[in-house]
Amino acid sequence: MRSALGGGLGLRLELHFSAMQKTMDPYDAPESTPRQHPSCSLKEYFLAATPLQRRLESVRKQATSFVPTPPRRRIPQRSQLQEDVDPQKVAFLLHKQWTLYSLTPLYKFSYTNLKEYSRLLSAFITAEKQKGLAVEVGEDCNIKVVFSTLLGMKGTQSDPEAVLVQILSKPQLPSEDREAKALWTGWFCCVFGDGLLETVSEDFTCLPLFLANGAESNTAIIGTWFQKTFDCYFSPLAINAFNLSWMAAMWTACKMDRYVAATEFLWSVPCSPQSLDISYAIHPEDAKALWDSVHRTPGEVTQEEVDLFMDCLSSHFYRHFRIHLSATRLVRVSTSVASAHTDGKIKIICHKYLIGVLAYLTELAIFQIE
Amino acid sequence: MLVLRPLDKLPGLNTATLLLVGTDDALLQQRADSRLKMDCASELRVHLARSLPLPSNVNRPLVDLLVFVINLHSKYSLQSVEKSLYHVDASFFLGKACFLAAGAGRESHCSVHRNTIMRLAHTYRSPVLFCDLEVEGFRATMAQRLVRMLQICAGHMPSVSA
Repeated sequence: MRSALGGGLGLRLELHFSAMQKTMDPYDAPESTPRQHPSCSLKEYFLAATPLQRRLESVRKQATSFVPTPPRRRIPQRSQLQEDVDPQKVAFLLHKQWTLYSLTPLYKFSYTNLKEYSRLLSAFITAEKQKGLAVEVGEDCNIKVVFSTLLGMKGTQSDPEAVLVQILSKPQLPSEDREAKALWTGWFCCVFGDGLLETVSEDFTCLPLFLANGAESNTAIIGTWFQKTFDCYFSPLAINAFNLSWMAAMWTACKMDRYVAATEFLWSVPCSPQSLDISYAIHPEDAKALWDSVHRTPGEVTQEEVDLFMDCLSSHFYRHFRIHLSATRLVRVSTSVASAHTDGKIKIICHKYLIGVLAYLTELAIFQIE
Repeated sequence: MLVLRPLDKLPGLNTATLLLVGTDDALLQQRADSRLKMDCASELRVHLARSLPLPSNVNRPLVDLLVFVINLHSKYSLQSVEKSLYHVDASFFLGKACFLAAGAGRESHCSVHRNTIMRLAHTYRSPVLFCDLEVEGFRATMAQRLVRMLQICAGHMPSVSA
């Protein structure tokens, strides 16, 4: 009896330490929510002596790891593969308003069949447009769809390559072959998507973030084709006020050589009959100075720093206008790095931090899929 | 400054009193009230307060269950609830208080993260209920749960106590 107890105590201590170590790991990786520690693994079942001790261990582990701790995130850095990104090639991605969608993994998508996909999608779009909805005499159905890969739009080597889809209008005159105008652009990417890549099997390609620019009808048609061909599912990615404040803090933290735009926030006041909007613009250097005074650990952003940053702005506003901004809803954040709207619209301005912005958006998309 | 204490008054006969502390969205609270009144067997009194401390000149009954309503869409309601928590006696948190996080249905409108509320509830060792007060079905379920908790706290349930 005594030896069993002693043995039990010793084992219990070991288990406790291993539980603590396990809870340490999620803090290093950037995560949107600290995941609750999964219950006993097989190893622990072998270590615990009796069923009662096992149950006690699981209860104790749940009790200690229940308290969710605030997440930490890295400030967007240049990715390791920055050399592959050709600024000229990605210049068309900047300064455009993209609508965001999250996409579940694609089944049996292959990078070698891109020409085939282009052909099939062109045929599909032409068929859809000719379904007899409207007879437009002048409009030519001669559109061309081009699939291509975007090199360098990824965070680590294990991320799949980004795919670009463009609907180009075929030029009327055959001599102007080079100048096809892009009617609609959409691209899929995955930046630092390690959390998702580990969980899916080989047949699936994970490109959870989808950005679209162009007519909504085209987006819907292309979405339908992808859903039918690759058995995936699109859903619009909305960004809530909590994530917008994180974005504001992270983008203000980015070091910029010169600022092209003021740091601007848009708040929506929920009141009837129609909502009011409050727009709050700050000089970007002042915002950076405020952030620097709040910031502690270099290279990392914590929840307290984000809250403090936003609270400073709110209290300044309150002092002048006697309006509690915390009772309103943050709808839009616009900085020199990028600008984001709560409906899932984003515009990236600075190419240096493109990967960083995409990394955060990928995280949100993965969180929505799961 | 009056600190709210759980046993400073005599309980009424067959009555249970619920105090809702929290947001200024009066409409939502009224809807919650009306649902609550429908479900209770014994006589139910619902009092609303925007924040604590309560004014001391009003004659009020003993509070059986204290519910802190936090609107997930507004950080301001979280801040005002946190300030109100200082005016509550510690023995309330032995089962006579709970947190209600409203507006959890619309994720895209949430300014406060779920984990913040869960941490707050964990610190005060009280249960937290997430709900969406705008949907009728959820409101009814929430009202039933609150009434059940209230009856236990008021001692109307035989052999179960807070």
